[in-house]
Amino acid sequence: MITNKKTSALMASPYLAWALIFILVPLGMILFYGLTDDTGAFTFANVAAIMQAEHFKALILALELSVISTVVCFFLAYPLGMILAKNKMSSQGIITTLFILPMWMNFLLRTFAWMTLLENKGVINGILGALHLPPINIINTPSAIVLGMVYNFLPFMILPIYNSLAKIDENVINAARDLGANKFQTFMRVTLPLTVPGIISGVTMVFIPALTTFAISTMLGGSKILLIGNIIEQEFTLTYDWHLGSGLSIVLMIFIVINMVVDAISERKED
Amino acid sequence: MSKELIRLEHITKSFDGQMILDDLNLVIHENEFVTLLGPSGCGKTTTLRIIGGFETPDKGRVIFDGQDITALAPNKRQLNTVFQKYALFTHMDIAENIAFGLKIKNKSQAYINDKIKYALKLVNLDGFEHRMPDSLSGGQQQRVAIARAIVNEPKVLLLDEPLGALDLKLRQDMQYELIRLKNELGITFIYVTHDQEEALTMSDHIVVMNQGYIQQEGSPEDIYNEPENAFVADFIGDSNIITATMVRDELVNILGTDFECVDKGFGTNQPVDVVIRPEDVELVKRGEGTLPGVVSHIIFKGVHYEMEVQAGGFEWLVHSTRMNEVGSEVDIRVDPFNIQVMNKPESEDEQAIGVEE
Repeated sequence: MITNKKTSALMASPYLAWALIFILVPLGMILFYGLTDDTGAFTFANVAAIMQAEHFKALILALELSVISTVVCFFLAYPLGMILAKNKMSSQGIITTLFILPMWMNFLLRTFAWMTLLENKGVINGILGALHLPPINIINTPSAIVLGMVYNFLPFMILPIYNSLAKIDENVINAARDLGANKFQTFMRVTLPLTVPGIISGVTMVFIPALTTFAISTMLGGSKILLIGNIIEQEFTLTYDWHLGSGLSIVLMIFIVINMVVDAISERKED
Repeated sequence: MSKELIRLEHITKSFDGQMILDDLNLVIHENEFVTLLGPSGCGKTTTLRIIGGFETPDKGRVIFDGQDITALAPNKRQLNTVFQKYALFTHMDIAENIAFGLKIKNKSQAYINDKIKYALKLVNLDGFEHRMPDSLSGGQQQRVAIARAIVNEPKVLLLDEPLGALDLKLRQDMQYELIRLKNELGITFIYVTHDQEEALTMSDHIVVMNQGYIQQEGSPEDIYNEPENAFVADFIGDSNIITATMVRDELVNILGTDFECVDKGFGTNQPVDVVIRPEDVELVKRGEGTLPGVVSHIIFKGVHYEMEVQAGGFEWLVHSTRMNEVGSEVDIRVDPFNIQVMNKPESEDEQAIGVEE
C-alpha cells in the first residue's frame, strides 16, 4: 500500500506542478493585484469599483445576456437530448457529429462567420432582399450577442443533458407509466428530476463562458455594447490598469464560484 | 377452474423483420400463478410487455376482464409490473417510491401513509420509509419494487425475471415469499423466467415457450412428468431423450431392445422420441433388467449419485441413491409408466420449435 501511495504521488507530481504554475500562481496574482494599489498597499477599491455606473451596467448586461443564452440553450438542448437518447443506435452518430463538428473549427473563426452572415449588407439580409422582404438589423445588438453565445455554447448544454438522459433505464420510465402516470406526469416527476445533474452541468458549462466572454460581444456587439468581460479586457490591454482589471475579475469569480458550489452540491447528492 | 381474466388472441409480433411471437393464444385465469418459461429470445418477455402495454402486437387482441385493451396505454391498465433490475426511482426515498402510483391517483395522505406501512410490512421492510434505493441490497430493492406495485391493488401482477439478479440463497427465500404474497393478496401473478426450478416451485400453471411458440402448458407435474416434445423434456430438468420405434401399442423399441410402456395410439413401427428421467432409470444386477450396460462415470451430488451408463450405444444419465462403481456391469430397467413417448416433429414448423440435437 505504501509503495502504491508513493508511486501514485510520484505520478501525480507533473499534474500538481502544472496546477501550481498555471492555475494557482495566476490566481494568486489576480488576488494580489485585485486587492492592492500601485504602491502595493491593501485596498478594496478595485473590487468596489464594480459599483461604478459603467462597470455595474456592464455586469448586469453580461448577467442578463448569459442568463438568456443559458435558458435558450436549455430549451433547445433538452428536446434534442431526448431525441438523441431515444435513438441510441441509429441516427445518434450523425446528429452528434453535426453538433460536434463545428467545434473542430476555431471559435473566433466561427463567430467571425456570424459577423458576415448578420451584417447589415450581409448574407442574411441579401437573401431577405432577394425575397423582397425588409432587411433586419441584428448585428451590433444584444440579440446578436445572444445568438453568438447560443451558437457557440449549445453543444456544452446538449452533451451533459444527453448523457444523463441516456443513463435512465427505459424500465424506470415504463414503471412510471405502469403506476398510472401519463406521459406528461412521467416527464415532470421522473425524467426531469433524474436529469437535474446533467442540467446543472450544462447550465454551468454555458453560463460561465457566456458570462465572461469578451470575444463574442466585441465581434457581434460592435464597440457600443460592453459586457463586464470587455471592461476587464480593456483594463488589461488598453489602459493597463491591472489592479482594476483584477479587482473586477474577482467580482466575476464570485459568481462563478457560486455556480460551481451549486454544481458540486448537486453532484454529491447524486452519489 | 376460476374465472377467465386475460385472453391473448392470435398475438403476432416481430422486431426488425424477426418474428418474436407467432399466432400466440393464451388464457389466464383469476388467482392463478402463471409462469411463462423458456430460454432467452423465446418471446416470454415480449408476451409480458404486450400484457403490460409496453409493446403493441402487430396482429391479435388482448382481452382483459372481457374488454379489448390491445391499444390501451399502460397507465390505463389495471395491472402493475415488477421489472427486471427493479427500476426504482433513484431520486425518491422508499416511501416516495411506494407512494408514486397513489399520488398520481390523488389519494389522501392518510390513505397513502397507511398503504406504505401495510406494503412495507408485507414485504418485511418495516422502517425503511426514508432510506434511498441505492442504499438497499438487491433483494431489498426487489421487495420495494413489489411493494410499489401492489399498493395500487392491481388485479394482476406482472413479474419480469424479478429474481434474476439475486444470489441463489436469496432467490430461494424470495420464491417462498412470492408464493406467500400471492396467497395473501389473492390476485393473479404472471411470472416470466428462464429458470425451470423457479417455475416448478412457484407456479399453478406453466407455459413453456420457445421461438415464439407455446410448446406446452399445464401444471408443473404435467410439464415435468409428461413433456409433449423433446424441447420441453430437455428444458425442464435433466432427461434422457432417445430416438426409438413404437413397435405397437404399449411396446417401444429403444436402442434395439423392446421396453414395455403405457402409451397407445402411435401406430405400428412408428419412429418416436422417448423421454426417461434420470431418476426413473433403475440399475439392477446383470440379467435382471432389460438392457445391459457399463457404468462409465460417477459424481456424488449430495442427495444422489449422478452416473453415466453406456448401454445400447447411448450414454444414459442416471440419478440414484445407490452407487455403482465405474466399470461395473449392470442392467437398465425402466418401469413402463416412466417411459414418456412423444411424436417426432413432422413439419418444418414443428422442427423449428423443437430442440436441436
